[in-house]
Amino acid sequence: MSETQRTLTQNPLEKTWVPWMKSRLSQRRGSSVPQFTNSPTMIVMVGLPARGKTYISKKLTRYLNWIGVTTKVFNVGQYRRDATRSYNSFEFFRPDNAEAMKIRKACALTALKDVWDYFTREEGQVVVFDATNTTAERREVILNFAKENGYKVFFVESICDDPEIIAENIKQVKLSSPDYMNCDKEEAVADFLKRIDCYKLTYVPLDDNKDRNLSYIKIFNVGSRYLVNRVQDHIQSRIVYYLMNIHVTPRSIYLCRHGESELNLLGRIGGDSGLSARGAQFASALGAYMREQSIRDLKVWTSHMKRTIQTAEALGVQYEQWKALNEIDAGVCEEMTYEEIQKSHPEEFALRDQNKYRYRYPKGESYEDLVQRLEPVIMELERQENVLVICHQAVMRCLLAYFLDKSADELPYLKCPLHTVLKLTPVAYGCKVESVFLNIEAVNTHRERPENVDVDRDPAEALETVPDHI
Amino acid sequence: MKHRSPSDQHHGKRPRVPIPTAAASFSPQDGMEDKPPTNPRELTQNPLKKIWMPCKNGLPEKHISQRKVCMTNCPTLIVTVGLPARGKTYISKKLTRYLNWIGVPTREFNVGQYRREFVKIYKSFEFFRPDNEEGLKIRRQCASAALNDVRQYLTEDGGQVAVFDATNTTRERRHTIIQFAEQNGFKVFFVESVCEDPDVIQENIVQVKLGSPDYTNCNTEEAVEDFMKRIKCYENSYETLDEVLDRDLSYIKIMDVGQRYLVNRVLDHIQSRIVYYLMNIHITPRSIYLCRHGESELNVKGRIGGDSGLTARGKEFAKKLNQFIQAQNISDLKVWTSQMKRTIQTAEALNVPYEQWKVLNEIDAGVCEEMMYEEIQDHYPLEFALRDQDKYRYRYPKGESYEDLVQRLEPVIMELERQENVLVICHQAVMRCLLAYFLDKTAEELPYLKCPLHTVLKLTPVAYGCKVESICLNVDAVNTHREKPENVEVSRMSEEALLTVPAHQ
Repeated sequence: MSETQRTLTQNPLEKTWVPWMKSRLSQRRGSSVPQFTNSPTMIVMVGLPARGKTYISKKLTRYLNWIGVTTKVFNVGQYRRDATRSYNSFEFFRPDNAEAMKIRKACALTALKDVWDYFTREEGQVVVFDATNTTAERREVILNFAKENGYKVFFVESICDDPEIIAENIKQVKLSSPDYMNCDKEEAVADFLKRIDCYKLTYVPLDDNKDRNLSYIKIFNVGSRYLVNRVQDHIQSRIVYYLMNIHVTPRSIYLCRHGESELNLLGRIGGDSGLSARGAQFASALGAYMREQSIRDLKVWTSHMKRTIQTAEALGVQYEQWKALNEIDAGVCEEMTYEEIQKSHPEEFALRDQNKYRYRYPKGESYEDLVQRLEPVIMELERQENVLVICHQAVMRCLLAYFLDKSADELPYLKCPLHTVLKLTPVAYGCKVESVFLNIEAVNTHRERPENVDVDRDPAEALETVPDHI
Repeated sequence: MKHRSPSDQHHGKRPRVPIPTAAASFSPQDGMEDKPPTNPRELTQNPLKKIWMPCKNGLPEKHISQRKVCMTNCPTLIVTVGLPARGKTYISKKLTRYLNWIGVPTREFNVGQYRREFVKIYKSFEFFRPDNEEGLKIRRQCASAALNDVRQYLTEDGGQVAVFDATNTTRERRHTIIQFAEQNGFKVFFVESVCEDPDVIQENIVQVKLGSPDYTNCNTEEAVEDFMKRIKCYENSYETLDEVLDRDLSYIKIMDVGQRYLVNRVLDHIQSRIVYYLMNIHITPRSIYLCRHGESELNVKGRIGGDSGLTARGKEFAKKLNQFIQAQNISDLKVWTSQMKRTIQTAEALNVPYEQWKVLNEIDAGVCEEMMYEEIQDHYPLEFALRDQDKYRYRYPKGESYEDLVQRLEPVIMELERQENVLVICHQAVMRCLLAYFLDKTAEELPYLKCPLHTVLKLTPVAYGCKVESICLNVDAVNTHREKPENVEVSRMSEEALLTVPAHQ
């Protein structure tokens, strides 16, 4: 045991303290958030067609990636479409169609091979294996594969017998599938229902007794009931929590920033200033717009900062203040202009341009920190229905990235201008976005990434993309 | 698509016939349909918590919604269900402790307790025989008395959640409770514990029944035998929550100490949090070690916050900590630090992998960072006084409050519940918050808990609570604990304010 303590040095980008020497410890991705996944995890979907497996797969993947767990979906249906030239009819799925069975099995195995690649070569942490996996035999294949490779397995089974939900599912996502490109609606629906029947013949749900040693969650009827068995670790616990909070009730989420603030006008970041005259105008316009939207039971959320609260006040309705919605803490750079930051902290300014997502202000935060802080907001947004979130530029970028599945690289450069409301409405597997500018002029606060991000660049190069201000 | 209508699923009413969701509802509920544009109210910043609130004539108006945990409009009644020795009281107490810690006023009501106060002396299991009319009458009365107190707590005493801890093993009893809740506008959430493992039940009895007031004058065998017969009395009439018959109720059924859960109709945020919490706790024996970083450069100067390194004595502590941990011989110990240099330096001495959590960082003292108390008194006497008036809620300008800290530490607590043996190397305010959770301390006590440098607290869950061992590692360190001074008025003299400041360089 070495007696000398290793010197700590502070990583200039994330401001995390790491031991100077290369070691097992510092090989970890110098993470500024705790990493809870040691072994890779396979989430395996189970269920008849049109039970929401792909919906859950995509949503879960989006959430896990957003919180920093590298995740990827492998949809076996996609493999099947790539393998067979064109889809003819439900007959392909008949359990006595030996030729087709061979193809389908081969597709599953190819997908598993790609899973292996993803875990081994791309260092993925979680895989969502999206297929019906309705037979014990198929699940056995997957379990063996996972066992051989040291992956954990967590099953997510969706059980639904409500014909209306299934009909709606088919309408929303099956009719537009490549499989049914050249069919009319009734044909497609009829064919798809027969397809489901093919699976029903051999469907064996996860059994409370036989499968009692497996880790799984069974979701009944879109979430009215859940059965959870043997949650093994942190990530499975988070997944269960997430799945138990999402719903499919139609609703809209409105995201906007506070009205233009005094510091905005001066080109200064952070701080806790009040609204400018135009900002106050925006607040009224926002009130008018929301009234027009005629939303039943709208929740309004703000941060703890004066400018968002002033904005909400103009709506004349109850609102909730969340500290977690506060703007990113710029630490020593609070209330500075970009010009001042360039002058006093040119190296910091350059580092930020090099990796805006992971860059942490000295004594402040990074976008990565913001995402962690915003996770409870996202969780509650998932639980809620109609919500208006009045927040800040960096915060709004993080929230938007979650809904629109933007990567860590894109996130810090998403455009969230003042006086513009984004209306997000979940549809099919994604999110419809309507951008509504409320016609009150405001200063631009969006700074694009400059061409030259080197520490030794000229001040002029650094300040090239700074938007105008007083 | 027929979804459960919004009002049914998410606002606490029991789902009935789903109402088709109209595209635009014109019913003037909370919507914004017919609110005329109002002039924005003036805002003022509350000096203690630094919260912006609307004011009229310079005075703050009421009704400001703070994002605490749950803005429950209706109070919630959690009802335990299960045979004796299934962990109902354990769950009730733990859940109550957790909810109070995150800021949801919660109280448990243990019907057995009411029975003990009523019946004074427990004779034997015969009291619980289903054909004991006298016994049944008393037990019903006790349940009613408890429910009465529940009503008082939730409607008049500011409670948000009440945990009704009893067997509640018959549908009839549960129906009575549901009616009571409906009459009073409370939401009901059942927590059923089902367990058939005789080893677990035996261990339960040993841990918490033998020490019960009911069995003070019995020897172990007598007590166990009587208790087993008591359980038998309930078994015949036990009606477990049924997937079909009880499909409209909101509940979680915990099976075999957490191997399996059945969750039905979670109605709102607080129920969702309760489910998440219950699914993360376990009863595997383990210990949690809490300590601060070794003494830091700023500590000796009497300065708060900052990100300084360890002093020589601090480094000495780190070495001693390493020796101590080795001697404890802990299987599979996880080590957590904050992202501040001083905790990481301390962990480095252990030569094991450790996890850095930003949320374990010390409380942010905002504009007062790196100041001495004398300087704070000098520059911000008003702030200094406000802090002494309400140390829990006081937020430093551009900084945090203890209340904020608790919110930020909640994921740490959740993960601590999931884990087994963990050593948390953190900071004074942070450690106070974590300790308050484990030892069920109030918001008033929390900011004054003693967490001296160079001392390890070993917490071991036992029975319904937590055993604490305090181990001083015998390396001198400066004292950083400032007691609440006598005079907390804004008008006080400097000397009065600085009376309790510990000595420093």
